[in-house]
This record gives sequence, C-alpha cells and structure tokens, in this order.
Amino acid sequence: MNEAPDDEGSAASQRISRRALFGFAGAAALGTAAAGFVVGDAVGSDASSSAADLVYPFRGEHQAGITTPAQDRLHFVAFDLRTNSRNEVIALLQRWTAAAERMCTGREVGAYGAVNGPYDAPPDDTGEALDLPAAGLTITFGFGRSFFTSKEGVDRFGVGDRMPASLVELPHFPGDTLEPGRSDGDICVQACSNDPQVAVHAVRNLARLAFGVAEVRWSQLGFGRTSSTSTAQQTPRNLFGFKDGTANLKVEQAELVDEHVWVQSGDDQEWLTGGSILVARRIRMLIETWDRTSLREQENIVGRTKGVGAPLSGGDEFTEPDFTLTGNDDQPLIPELSHVKLAHPSSHDGARMLRRGYNFVDGSDNLGRLDAGLFFLAYQRDPRTHFIPVQTALARDDGLNEYLRHVGSGIYAVPPGAGPGEHIGEGLFA
Amino acid sequence: MIRKSIAASAALALGGTLALSACTENVEPSDASGGAITVDSSASACDVSAAEAPSGNLVFDVTNSGNEVTEFYLLGEDGLRIIGEVENIGPGLSRDLVVQAGPGSYFTACKPGMVGDGIRSPFVVTDSGVDVSPTGPIGEQLDNATAAYRAYVRDQAAQLVVTTDAFARDYVRGNFADARAQYATARMPWERIEPVAESFGDLDPRLDLREADLEQGQEWTGWHAIEKDLWPPNGYTQFSEKERRRLAALLIADTAELNERVQELEFTPDQLGNGAKELLDEVATGKVTGEEEFWSHTDLWDFQANLDGARIAYEELRGVVKQKNPELAKTLDKQFTEVQGMLNQYRDGDGYDFVFYDELTPKQVQELADGVDALGEPLSQLTATVVL
Repeated sequence: MNEAPDDEGSAASQRISRRALFGFAGAAALGTAAAGFVVGDAVGSDASSSAADLVYPFRGEHQAGITTPAQDRLHFVAFDLRTNSRNEVIALLQRWTAAAERMCTGREVGAYGAVNGPYDAPPDDTGEALDLPAAGLTITFGFGRSFFTSKEGVDRFGVGDRMPASLVELPHFPGDTLEPGRSDGDICVQACSNDPQVAVHAVRNLARLAFGVAEVRWSQLGFGRTSSTSTAQQTPRNLFGFKDGTANLKVEQAELVDEHVWVQSGDDQEWLTGGSILVARRIRMLIETWDRTSLREQENIVGRTKGVGAPLSGGDEFTEPDFTLTGNDDQPLIPELSHVKLAHPSSHDGARMLRRGYNFVDGSDNLGRLDAGLFFLAYQRDPRTHFIPVQTALARDDGLNEYLRHVGSGIYAVPPGAGPGEHIGEGLFA
Repeated sequence: MIRKSIAASAALALGGTLALSACTENVEPSDASGGAITVDSSASACDVSAAEAPSGNLVFDVTNSGNEVTEFYLLGEDGLRIIGEVENIGPGLSRDLVVQAGPGSYFTACKPGMVGDGIRSPFVVTDSGVDVSPTGPIGEQLDNATAAYRAYVRDQAAQLVVTTDAFARDYVRGNFADARAQYATARMPWERIEPVAESFGDLDPRLDLREADLEQGQEWTGWHAIEKDLWPPNGYTQFSEKERRRLAALLIADTAELNERVQELEFTPDQLGNGAKELLDEVATGKVTGEEEFWSHTDLWDFQANLDGARIAYEELRGVVKQKNPELAKTLDKQFTEVQGMLNQYRDGDGYDFVFYDELTPKQVQELADGVDALGEPLSQLTATVVL
C-alpha cells in the first residue's frame, strides 16, 4: 500500500479537519449532529490549506512517515522503558497504536477527548491541538538495540533472540563527540506534521500514556525539512544555505525504495519484513565559522553551486555530477573530497538511503553561538551496506566536517505497519 | 586538527557579490542600473551585455551556455595583464566576477575549453569619479608579502624540528616533568603555521589527531597520544618505554618530513588571507572550546600561536589592505590588539606561559569567544580585499 496521497486521488477523500472530526467524535457524548467530513476540494485550494488538511492513514503495509512526502515539522523522541514486563510493554504499544491512529486522523486521544468526560478528572487529551487539522501527521515507531538486550545484557522482554542482525551498534566515527543524553533509547517515535503544534501534541500525549512504563530519554524538535522525498517537492535548504538531498531517494522510485529502504523477506528477522532501519544523528553545525567562509570554499566543499544546486561539473540541479570533468589545473571540477563526491552512490556500490532530516535551532550555547544544525534521519534496508560505509568515508575526508559535530546518535529497527486490529510491532511478539 | 581547505588556491578570482559587499560598501556596483554586466560564454561567442562601464566595482555575471568548461577574464590594455578572472565554470553554470577597475581601456575574454587566447572584445571603463586604487604597485607588494610569509613559515617549520626533538628526548627518557613543561611551547611553531601543516593530508593525522577524531581500528600517534600519556586520566595505563620510543621516533620522523616539504612551498596572496582566517577558525572551534588540549589544558598556548600566525599573515598584507580598504585595516588592527590584550590577562610569569584552560571561569571563556568572533568576522574579508 502506498501511503503517499496524491492530490486528485483517493487520499483527497480522506482529508478531514480536526474541527470537523471533533464534532463527529463528540456527537455521541454531546448528542448533537454536528458531524461533518470536509472533503477534498471543498477545503481551500491554496497550498497551505491543503498541507494542513492532509491525512495519512496510520495503518498499512509500511509505517507512514518514511516514504510519506516529508512534512515541515518534526518532534522526535526516544523513550527508555522502566518495566521488565513483556505484558506491560505490549499494553503500552496497544495504547500507543490506538492513540496514534486517532491523532493521525485529526481526532483527540481517549474516549472523552480534551473537553469532555468526568468533570473531576483530567481530560484524556491535552487539548492544544483542538481546532487544528492533522496537517499530515505521521507517527513512526522504532525499537533500539537496548529494547532487545539492555546495556547490562538482560533480555527483559523475551525478544533478545529477535534482534535483527542489521541493528548493529554504530562504530565510533572520526570526530564523533556523542552525548549519551542525546543518544540511543529503547523506543523511538518520529512525529512529523505540517503544523509544529500537532507534532508536539502527538509526542506529549504518547509520553503521557507511557508514564510509569516508559520515560522520555531525549527529544528533538525540527523545522524546515531538509530533504525532499517526493519529486513533487522542491529541494529545501539546510542551515548552510545549500540545497540538501537533491539525490535523495524519492517515493516515486518504487523499485529503488524496495531495494534500499524496505527490509525484504529473507533479509533478516521475518518480523522486520516491510520495515526498515532508522539511523538518527544530531549534527551540530558550526554556523559562525561557516559564515566566514568564502563562496568559493563553500561551493568546493559541497561540490554544488549554492544558488541552483547544480553540480560544479555543470548543468542544473538534477544533472548527474560528472566527476571526471577537469578544470584548467587538471583537477576535477567537483573536488575529490567534496561532500557530493564522497556521499555519491557511485562511491558506495550504489547504496542509497532515504533521508528525512530536519533543521534544528535549540537557542544558543554558553558561548553565545547558535545551537543549530541538522537532525539527520535516514531509513535503509541495512546500515552495514548503507549508512556505515557512507559515514565512514564522510567522517574521514569530508571538508564539511570542519563545520560539523555529531553530538547525538541512535539506531532503531522500524517494524512494518500495523494491520487492522494489530498493534505496532505485533509481529515482534508473535 | 582540521582538514585542509579544498578550495583551489592559485586563482585570484572571486565570486559572490554578497560576500564582498560588506568590505566594499563604499563602492557600489557602478553599472547604472545597479545590476551586473551579463556575459554569455557559448561555444563560439562571448556576448558581453555592455562594452563600457563607469569606473569602480564592476560585476560580470558570467553564464556558460556552451558545452565545455569555460573561463572569463578582464584584461588590461596590453591584453596581457589579468585584472580579474573566473575559472572552471562548468556547462550551464553561472558565476560572478567582481573587480575594481579604474578608467581606461580593457579587454574582455571568454575561453571556452580553457585553451587559446580566448574570444576577446575591447571594453572601456569611463571615469565615474569613484576613487579606485591603482593596481600596479599592489602586485609588487603582494609578491613581497608572499615572499616574507614564505620565509616565516619555513622558519617556523625548522624551529618545530628543534623543539620537537628536545621534547621527544625527555619523553623517551621518562623525564615526564620536563616533557610536560615543554609540551605546549614545543607545539607552538606547529600551531603558528597550522593551516600549512594541515595541507599535508598524510602527515596531519599522524601528527595532530585528537582521540575523538580516530577511526575505529586506527592507530593513534602524534602529539595528542603523547599528551594523554603525560597527563593520564584515571584508569589509563601508561606506555612502556618501548612504546614511548616508538611514538617519539614517529613524531620526530614525521616532523622532519614536514619540514622538508614546507621548505619547498610557495604561497599566493589568497593563501595568506585564507590562512589567517583559518587560524582564527581553529581558535574558535578547537581552542576556545577546550577540545584541542583535552588532557593538558594548554589551549591558551595554542590560542596564542594561532593568533601569532594569523597576525603575521595579516601584517604582511596590511599595506595592501590599507590602500584598498583602510577601514578594514583599522578594524583588524584594533581587534588583533584587543584579543591579544584579553590573552595577556592569562599569562603566567613573564615567559610564554599561560594559566591552564580549565582554570578559566565560564564568563572568561565567553569573553575570549566574543573576542575571537569579533576578530574572525572582519578577518574573513581579508582575502577578498587583497585579491579583488
């Protein structure tokens, strides 16, 4: 099943405004007949309202939020489990699945929602997303290595022998200065939406449903998607001012997506078939020193022009780079150590990842410098052939490293989508 | 450590009107419309949108519509002297040439395929009344500057050999107190010419890699491996004499190799400008944060040495900067003095010694960072100013 909606087709009929659904969901409790689906073209035709009214179904063959056209906002969170009970974890996943399914269609969490229910009880839903449409909300779950075997080597939930072989511990890459408080975690949740408040609402309510069973280890807000995952999207810019992810995998390239993103039957643990491996990296950018770098140096480091994003060998943004074309000093126009050359699939046996990163600015640090950068998210079939060799080459030689610090890291097994009546990750416990 | 600059260094041409506008605010682009003169470099033609422009800052927006790599030049009246150039423009790409030109006769030239004399047309710069510095004597001054800087770099490399040998000898013999006392000062010649030393991609990691920069399975050698051994953290097992001997021998051999190669180097003015800027970047990202000397906390010695190197490169170029952009020269003079003043507060005794970096309060670190940023920002205009 393809969860990418197309503007004319079936997905249009699934566009529902949260406000309308509130009326619908609340109808029983209030005894009113305010139900109403706002359908397709009835909602304004400008781009912003259509982005707000997008609804992606939570259930499906694959989880949404991977090949889904990247939304504008992110709230990513990693949880650590406080329990040793397999049943409590399953119950949590059931609660999360039910809540996620509701939120992704613009509904409130719980039977009573945000403003109904017993007057002396706190509302089921925290309420800040009332009146807001789902805005393309997707909620994507993944399991970290410590979910299968804790740091102390304990198999808490009887799934230790089900850890995928591809869920390897990432090696130390040159220059890594990882902070444990921004790394790893038993379970990760990626909430993406075109409305920041909707994404934050999703994580807040999932965290609330988890109290006592799981606690938040760390979380990260992101804005301004830095990758396009659909050919219909314009390539956005990262905080260095360059277009990022021009050569990213696109949902329209179905065969490549199968080859590089989805775990296939026979690859690894069968429960992971139709899932993927997610690598998350919090990459701090040293903005201030970058800004003092000449345009010549910036373009040579990246290997593309800053304006249109064309490779330095010529053409436009989507022209394939020609690494053999040389300039008057007989050096390649695209330098050997440029980011484009080092990261290009041709340098890595054709390995391609589906990147889905976001910019972040978390205020300033204690030296008054922007605590800003790229929250890198990449989905792949196997990091041993994808992320690890690519990052090894980049960490060793990429000229960009002078302006980057990898400060957070996580790797997660992202299960396939939940089918009707299933909870997320059900196959893992079957 | 940082990695070497990727940008080709020989070319004098620069792109990017925005980047340059900050240092040439007093000279607006002289095209009447305020826009650029467009140049269409095709396979067989070089169409320049105007054959004449008033003196001052000229912006040529060069588009390569051919299918080969091209170049664009503004040449002097003799057709030989290069006033400005943009090179290596791939097919379909655009790049700006920003030059200061006084009244006179010139030639424009496109060179599709980068061969031959190019497709030339006469170009006239009329007198706009804007004061444009003469370009003749500056070329000579730049030659003098690069020669003087070359001598400085060669001398520092030679000094490094001497300080490294003395340090390594004490370290091997187990005179750890003496080795610790020499460590920071012995490294100073390296830190003064750091961007040059780092341009050798094989030697730099062998000599100056920090522990965090190691690749999995990579052997750790050089200054910082020895640093950790001299300032061992809890639970660290110190090297045996045999291991010390090996590390020291490598350090000495690699440093000698570095010196040999440095003695062969020649420099261009943009390398001086970029080198000064990169030294300040080093301070901003590695020293102010205390990352570089993680075990010894001798970051202030490195800071001083980086600052020395940047100041020397600037001072060689200062005459040219004063002519072309007196305001920038004034700002840089002031900021260099201020940062040096801040650093002097942390001197310990009257020699080269400083207090250790972990003795500074967060507020003091913040002050140093602010000072470095205040100097680094105008310093980033240095290259564009001297080569424009």
